[in-house]
Amino acid sequence: MESVAPAIRTDELAKRYRRITALAGLTMSIPTGDVFGFLGPNGAGKTTAVKLLLGLARPSSGEAWVLGAPISDRSAHRHARRGIGYLPELFRYQHWLSAREVLRVHCELIGLDRAVWDAEIKDAVGIVGLAERADDRVGGYSKGMQQRLGLGVALLGRPALVLLDEPTSALDPVGRHDVREVIRELKGRGTTVFLNSHLLTEVEQVCDRVAIVDKGRVIQVGTLAELLVTDSVRIRATGLENGAHDALRAFGDPQSEGDWLVVRGVAADRVPDLVKAIVDRGGRIHAVEPRHESLEDRFLSLLEKPGKGNT
Amino acid sequence: MRALVIARLVIREGARRRLLLALLVLTLIVIALTGWGFSRIPGITQRGAPLPDTQVKLIASQLLILTMFMFSFVLAMAAVFVAAPQISGEVESGTALAILSRPIGRTEYVIGKWLGLTALVATYAGGAGAIELGVVNAVVGYIPPEPMAFIAFAIAEGLVIMTLALMLSTRLSGMVGGVIALVLFGIAWIGGIVGGIGAAFDNATITHVGTATKLILPTDGLWRGAVYALEPQVITAVGQGPAAAANPFFATAPAPLPFELYVVGWVALVLGLAVLSFRAREP
Repeated sequence: MESVAPAIRTDELAKRYRRITALAGLTMSIPTGDVFGFLGPNGAGKTTAVKLLLGLARPSSGEAWVLGAPISDRSAHRHARRGIGYLPELFRYQHWLSAREVLRVHCELIGLDRAVWDAEIKDAVGIVGLAERADDRVGGYSKGMQQRLGLGVALLGRPALVLLDEPTSALDPVGRHDVREVIRELKGRGTTVFLNSHLLTEVEQVCDRVAIVDKGRVIQVGTLAELLVTDSVRIRATGLENGAHDALRAFGDPQSEGDWLVVRGVAADRVPDLVKAIVDRGGRIHAVEPRHESLEDRFLSLLEKPGKGNT
Repeated sequence: MRALVIARLVIREGARRRLLLALLVLTLIVIALTGWGFSRIPGITQRGAPLPDTQVKLIASQLLILTMFMFSFVLAMAAVFVAAPQISGEVESGTALAILSRPIGRTEYVIGKWLGLTALVATYAGGAGAIELGVVNAVVGYIPPEPMAFIAFAIAEGLVIMTLALMLSTRLSGMVGGVIALVLFGIAWIGGIVGGIGAAFDNATITHVGTATKLILPTDGLWRGAVYALEPQVITAVGQGPAAAANPFFATAPAPLPFELYVVGWVALVLGLAVLSFRAREP
């Protein structure tokens, strides 16, 4: 994977609107084929970053390369956009057209061979679950259906890169699940997915790597495993000898919570040893639950807000 | 050519949103009413005797100019209403985001909008003008001297105001751009009258004001060109008084070729400004 050029690379990409800094020097690299989560609170500069990557806005300084094309080179970037699918946060499509007609317009704008339009559209409406309503006017669609259509539009032409800006904002839990499935399918095809979201669980479930942005800067980037440390374990154990707690302090800080024993500060690879130590002291193990720090905890702690506590 | 995709979308929007249907139905009703009115002219009697044919045609020619003025006004209003929100509306709603993220340039997008609107304007001006002329010919047997030139001028007038509204649409909301375009249209019309008054009283300053407004927005100049194409020779020969130029329903001379070329340049310039303005806009 290292030899392949990154799907997206940015170098000190910045955008200022008069006195407001929407993006303050974004530097990151997204490997081809990754599902990349771009997380941040409202106003962090997520949508601005997406618009800069798509050439919808021009940077105040810095540079970015999308599928190898620099955004400062209008014609190269325009050519590269053939390989990009985009679902805007503000998703609106021509309401006087049917979904199929909207998709046709986009097939034509991408420059797809007319012979493949029908197959592409059939695929797209099938994947997003609009096959039965494809010939209805978009004006009669619910918001959720319009967002599904937007996702379908973004999938046309099997793009190498798909940028999804808050793709589930209008969807119910079933819709959210469907979007996750679509993202997994895209990953299976080798498509790079850039997922802009503030829905942490969504990102947690599908992303290989995550960048956390705040005030226009990336404050942390890495794989989920890197970002989220396993730092405590809950064990339901009975029959422990008196004084067992003292013996377990070698692993971390043990505390009883009813039948449960919570040991904080345990490295993931020491959990089996901890379990053995409990058994050696007469304990009977009913359950072992390593506790991940949730992305939300990590997110909040990085943004220097009081965490909810991760035990 | 992705501009054509955008142009077809504009036309399809016009058709789907029943704009064309509404205009067509209303126009046909107006044409039917005016046709009925024209059919009454030969029935007018003077001292018990029917009017001579030349007089019937003279009255028809004047009524036709008034009717066509109404059509040109409707055309200008419709062109502004359709063009003014054309780009701003898509930017505000977010529709433009999905389109502009495709491999399409801003220039193609604006040119595509203009081509689509041009087709709508030409269809309406050409269609309504031709049907009205046909109906008048059928009921009173009158054909103006240069019907094709009239239609060409009417289309050009619609294109000028539409191009202005589209240019404004790259920066201003539909309502603001529409109001500005209509106010300018009104000023150009009054400017034409003011210029005529200046000419009548031989006042250079007032004449220049008229000329300036005619050049800033050449709709009135084009309307005069359209009127001239509708005037039978007997009118142009008689009405040569200096004050005649102030009459908005009268033209003393055909539109000069330099003015016609100026209009072509004007449209190209304003369209170019629209492209430049939209290239710098961030949706």
